[in-house]
Amino acid sequence: MLDIRAVGVSPASAESATAESPPAVAAVGVTKRFAGGVVANDRVSFEAKRGEVHALLGENGAGKTTLCNILTGLYRPDEGEVLVNGKPVRLHSPHEAQAVGIFMVHQHLSLVDSLTVAENVVLGWSRHRGLGFSGRQVEAEIGEIASRYHMPVDPKARIWQLSLGERQRVDILKALYRGARILILDEPTTVLTPPEIEQLFSSIRDMVAGGSTVVFISHKLPEVLAIADRTTILRKGRSIRTVDIAETDARQLARLMVGHEMSFDVVPRASDAASEPAAAPRPVLELDGVCVQGDFGIEALKEVSLTVSAGEILGIAGVAGNGQRELAEVVAGLRPFIRGTIRIGGEEAVPGDARDAINRGVAYIPEDRMGTGVSPNLSVAENLILKSYRRGSPHAGPLLLMRQAEAQATALMARFDIRAPGPRTLVRQLSGGNVQKVVLARELSSDPRLVVAASPTRGLDVGATEYVRGVLLDAARKGVGILLISEDLDEIVELSDRIAVLYEGRVVGVVDSAHANYEQIGLMMAGAVS
Amino acid sequence: MITIERSLVTPRWQRIALPAVSLVIAAIIAGIVLAASGHDPIATYQQIYAASFTSTGALTATFIYATPLLFTGLCVALAFRMRVWNIGGEGQLYMGAIGASGVGLALGGWPQPLLILMMMLGGALAGTVWAMIPGLLRAYLRTNEILTSLMLNYVASLFMYYLIYDSTSFWRDQTSPSALVFPQGKNLLPAAAWPGIDIGSFTLPLGFVAGVVLAVLLLALIRLTRFGFEMRVMGDSTAAANYAGMRTKRKIVAVMALSGGLAGVGGASQIGDFGHVLNPRGLQQAQYGYTGIVVAALALYNPLAVVVVAILIGALTNAGFALQGPTFPAGLVGTMEGIILFSVLGGEFLGRYRVRFGRAPERAPAVEDESGSISLDS
Repeated sequence: MLDIRAVGVSPASAESATAESPPAVAAVGVTKRFAGGVVANDRVSFEAKRGEVHALLGENGAGKTTLCNILTGLYRPDEGEVLVNGKPVRLHSPHEAQAVGIFMVHQHLSLVDSLTVAENVVLGWSRHRGLGFSGRQVEAEIGEIASRYHMPVDPKARIWQLSLGERQRVDILKALYRGARILILDEPTTVLTPPEIEQLFSSIRDMVAGGSTVVFISHKLPEVLAIADRTTILRKGRSIRTVDIAETDARQLARLMVGHEMSFDVVPRASDAASEPAAAPRPVLELDGVCVQGDFGIEALKEVSLTVSAGEILGIAGVAGNGQRELAEVVAGLRPFIRGTIRIGGEEAVPGDARDAINRGVAYIPEDRMGTGVSPNLSVAENLILKSYRRGSPHAGPLLLMRQAEAQATALMARFDIRAPGPRTLVRQLSGGNVQKVVLARELSSDPRLVVAASPTRGLDVGATEYVRGVLLDAARKGVGILLISEDLDEIVELSDRIAVLYEGRVVGVVDSAHANYEQIGLMMAGAVS
Repeated sequence: MITIERSLVTPRWQRIALPAVSLVIAAIIAGIVLAASGHDPIATYQQIYAASFTSTGALTATFIYATPLLFTGLCVALAFRMRVWNIGGEGQLYMGAIGASGVGLALGGWPQPLLILMMMLGGALAGTVWAMIPGLLRAYLRTNEILTSLMLNYVASLFMYYLIYDSTSFWRDQTSPSALVFPQGKNLLPAAAWPGIDIGSFTLPLGFVAGVVLAVLLLALIRLTRFGFEMRVMGDSTAAANYAGMRTKRKIVAVMALSGGLAGVGGASQIGDFGHVLNPRGLQQAQYGYTGIVVAALALYNPLAVVVVAILIGALTNAGFALQGPTFPAGLVGTMEGIILFSVLGGEFLGRYRVRFGRAPERAPAVEDESGSISLDS
């Protein structure tokens, strides 16, 4: 097993080494087919040099994850080969991949909650062969690696005590401790807050400076531009091109990624507010002193008062875990509140009654779209009538008219650009973006008064993100009130008319997004302003 | 080294072919067991076939065992499909038998068609009420319905014994002198005996016909109605059902009630079709409620498949009794039933997954793939 400390390569020598030495890891003409004729990878090639951050950029379903599963030995390629340091390797398991130094940190971390950081790091693998291991020694070693890469984490802490960002650090530490030379990070920033992302990036820079190679999977252009040295763009299972970050820009990358150009400029929406009719805004949602119990018995929302008017987008900014989820659920009727009142369209809502909220015209785009927003083993058509089966047309008395529902579904699929073989396709077979379009189609076609959108673009590719945002803006233009909850501050600023900041369950401030000041919002999110 | 990989798509033909292949494999394995214990496998299979279907009265006997299994199988198939774990089919069947025999005794003078209908309804109602106890507890107090429904089986059994052995209840025969020494239930009047449908020498029990009708209705309920739609969503994702504003608690109670009602009609059929008297020992020894779980599992919780599986298991049970003897121990019959169950469920599992043989295996991804796996935690 290679010892990371033995490779004391300075950044300069790492650079000179890349000129002659073969790439640290490369895929050559890799093809992977799955049952049912899906070609996830079609002659994909890329190479990552030593001491380089190499980004794999592509939309959802472009084949990034399959490629990485091949690099880590989870899948074997049908054609083509994987080279490590220029030599072809046949990897049959993650264990074999780890033996040649390839480690992957998944989006879903693989840690045991009840064990300590040190125990998780040595779980199933130990530098010291034999039965026992010295906890103190391991803790010391981990502490040393952690401080070298500036990844503060307490080796004695138990995983359940840690934030998601800290947990990810532990997963990375685990790989480094075990001698990772090539580290694959699968969309590592999804669970991180902006300061944690900065932290991660600085650790990544330390790693490559030490001669390691980082393969960074992402569909977020700013991140790729910020951290990568080179990037290979994947589209529809093919490797389109590898470009030097120094010689490219967001526009070009976006074009390569989606096949056509699109705009990215962050334009606060309030700037076009002047064109809207000057009629007195009619409130569609009023929260007055609402207090909500969280999952662990702690008060998750404290005396929250907010108003959303018709045609207005109210953005909720905040670091994850400050009451956003509870706010979305309480408005959607999925969580009771203990004090206060919620008025929808001027009438008081029944606490914790989802059907009541739906009947009052509340549409809800939940954060957990696969677990909550859809019934995965039912068809697209069935998911589209998940709420309307009680009223509206696809039923006659107690009977459900599936044929009619399927006809409606076909129309909605065309209108909302849902790409599926047909209305009978099971939702679990769709990509993330298409699942979200199913949710959007159902929620927005119900003629809502208020849309609660919780992280509506999380995990979606550029094209789907733009689409979702467009649909929400369009709904607002038609007079629907929108409560937009997102951890993506750019998204909040771009879409919202007003921004409310949640911190520890309280609204610490409401600002007009025309006068949005990132620094001010950032300070409020961090609890520095009250 | 053997590894198991999830296969993403199941072709339609596989759903038919798999159970068939599994049965053949089961026959081969059971053949080895038979040969090892000194029986000629081919001759034994011929005997089983004859005893189940072709010899005189065999088919009629097969349907005697198949009829109650059809009802308890439907009871389990409906509930499990909706992820409501009703293990109480046994007790609900007892209660159905008690209800139907009570109705049969009380309304003995009514015209036969009406009386039969009332017996079925009486059985259904008794089973429904019994199943609603764990249903309500689960829905509103979050108790584990596996435990409560199971425990209520014992309560129902003891209640049934109490009615006949330990009390002077309406059900107990107190007229004949022998009945005072050996407690037994009152015999129903001939009008309360359900007429079978005779096809040559074969008698098809009326209860079986009713069961098939119920199976078809059940399938229609699941596929074509709003109620069935709600049940399917609930069975797939409770979170999605709550999100859609479905009244999930009421639906849990309704599913339980319906499931118990099906077992209750099975109890009614035991009285009307076969026993014509409430016989606690006979009902308890047969264990139809528990075998119903096996039937439903083999039928993959599809109501129509339950009909077929109930006949097959009924045939096997019937053949088991026919084969049993000094040279053919009852244990061997049980072994063969176990082999069949194991093969079919194993085949189902392998249909969902692919097995790879090889020195160094390729592993299915452990993340981002939660679809299609069976989980029994609710």
